[in-house]
Amino acid sequence: MNQTTASSTTIASDAFALDPADREAILEERAHYPYPQAASIEALKIVQKRHGHVPDGAIPAIADTLGIGVADVEGVATFYSLIFRQPVGRHVILICDSSSCFLTDYEELRDAFIAHLGIGMGQTTADGRFTLLPVCCLGACDRGPTILIGEDLHGPVMPDEIPILLEAYS
Amino acid sequence: MSRILQSASERRAETHPLTWRLHDDQSPVLLDEYRSTQGYDAVTKALEQYTYESLTEEVKTANLRGRGGAGFSAGFKWSLTMKGEDVPRGYIVCNADEMEPGTFKDRLLMEQQPHLLIEGMILAGIANRSKQGYIFLRGEYHRAAASIQRALIDARAAGWLGTDVRDSGWDFDIALHTGAGRYICGEETALINSLEGKRANPRAKPPFPGQSGAWGLPTVVNNVETLCNVPGIVNHGADWFQALSGDLSSDGGTKLYGVSGKVKNPGLWELPMGTTGNQILELAGGMRDGLTLKSWLPGGGSTGFLLPEHLDLALDFDTIGKTGSRMGTGLLTVVADNQSMVSLTRNLEEFFSRESCGWCTPCRDGLPWSVKLLRALEAGEGETGDIELLEQMASDLGPGKTFCAHAPGAAMPLASAIKYFRDEFERGVTRPKGTAHADPIPVGSV
Repeated sequence: MNQTTASSTTIASDAFALDPADREAILEERAHYPYPQAASIEALKIVQKRHGHVPDGAIPAIADTLGIGVADVEGVATFYSLIFRQPVGRHVILICDSSSCFLTDYEELRDAFIAHLGIGMGQTTADGRFTLLPVCCLGACDRGPTILIGEDLHGPVMPDEIPILLEAYS
Repeated sequence: MSRILQSASERRAETHPLTWRLHDDQSPVLLDEYRSTQGYDAVTKALEQYTYESLTEEVKTANLRGRGGAGFSAGFKWSLTMKGEDVPRGYIVCNADEMEPGTFKDRLLMEQQPHLLIEGMILAGIANRSKQGYIFLRGEYHRAAASIQRALIDARAAGWLGTDVRDSGWDFDIALHTGAGRYICGEETALINSLEGKRANPRAKPPFPGQSGAWGLPTVVNNVETLCNVPGIVNHGADWFQALSGDLSSDGGTKLYGVSGKVKNPGLWELPMGTTGNQILELAGGMRDGLTLKSWLPGGGSTGFLLPEHLDLALDFDTIGKTGSRMGTGLLTVVADNQSMVSLTRNLEEFFSRESCGWCTPCRDGLPWSVKLLRALEAGEGETGDIELLEQMASDLGPGKTFCAHAPGAAMPLASAIKYFRDEFERGVTRPKGTAHADPIPVGSV
């Protein structure tokens, strides 16, 4: 596709190649929908699962695989908060900052994470182990304050529990 | 995972249609057990005894109102779907993008009883002549995704999904679609855009999704809890559903109510629609020791604050609607007397500001401005006129000014917090008008 090559002259220097298994998984997702664009979010998630984030070169690769425009894929990639367009740590810590967790002292928990890890929200530790991000209500308000590390929901989390909690994530 | 705080012995098929099968150990109800406890009986009954019109009529008569928070009659919505021999078959989309602050009910149903949702979707598919269902699940619900995926495989293998469902000659299947964040995906038309793989901006209505929704075909979007109520209605009838709430409410059925905040025993309960806030708060054990309740949100961050005196009211759509608030999702968020309404409102508006999709100017630009004013008030650096300005903004963000309900949802807690707790806001006004205050924290930083 012209669109792909025209817009990816710098991107192509990444020499990104989709893993064959990922390409297969993306094509499988594509079959769930009447139009290929619908699989673009899932495609980004498949790539992110392997690489931790979505490298620049993955955008035209996904577009090519699905037969859709590069801009459509990038438009989606930059809209959704859980698609990471920059490298993140091995473990992303999502801290719920919505009202129920706010009322169960999330701000103290957030500040304790910042102090413990020595990074701000949106940042990654120097050893590449953790990234801290805020997230919308995690839907576990009866356990506030809550956090999600990878696929693990924790709550209520007290500030003094952070060191022990994080030991499980190397 | 979420927990229902009524034990299995307290929950019965006749009175707790949503939760009677749930296990005390929170393990999911699998297909064999579901089948042996009336599971999928409603699909058999619907295929044998109902037409799509009569099935829609039954749900309409039951007065099942949308449990995602809007309270729109599900049966009435279905009656508006374009359908018939000469109309292409469209989609049933389950809104499982549970992200409303303070809401944790759909998680329970999906993690522990996915077949009830699947059965409800099949019935909605029959009533709307849909060809395909999609469960739009938020990406953070990993356990629910695994539970649903397993249930879909089992249901398909047993012939409840796929071509020629149970030898009826009728085709219907369901796919799981998981999201990648953004609260706005819960808005009906934004959800359809997201399902199509686009940015989740809302669409203009009309056309309504029932006329032209996903990929231009008739589409019905219903909440998880709404769909989970349909099998019971088909099995036992509209009158039974109405009787569940008895004299407590004109809205039929039960409701998954819940409480979060600084109560002794936060959690979920399935109770008759129209149960009062006081009764629910009592189940939650009341406020933690040393705290008293100052205010509460009846059903999520986009509902209006209420006072302790409103706890006597029946929690249903019409009764709470008359207070100027909304029942929303029916999961209470309680505020203690030592918690600041200005800070909480600031937190809520930060949420709505961040989650605005940016499509409409009042929402995209108004919400960060409200955050700036609220931060100044919180820091005791507000100017004369700031409160009036916030009130004006709450009005300008109201219904009809933007494509979707995001801005009106943001306006509701803002307007009601000022209405009931004006003195707390006034304490933050310390400067004369025109002595421009510095933005204490730049909007956009976390």
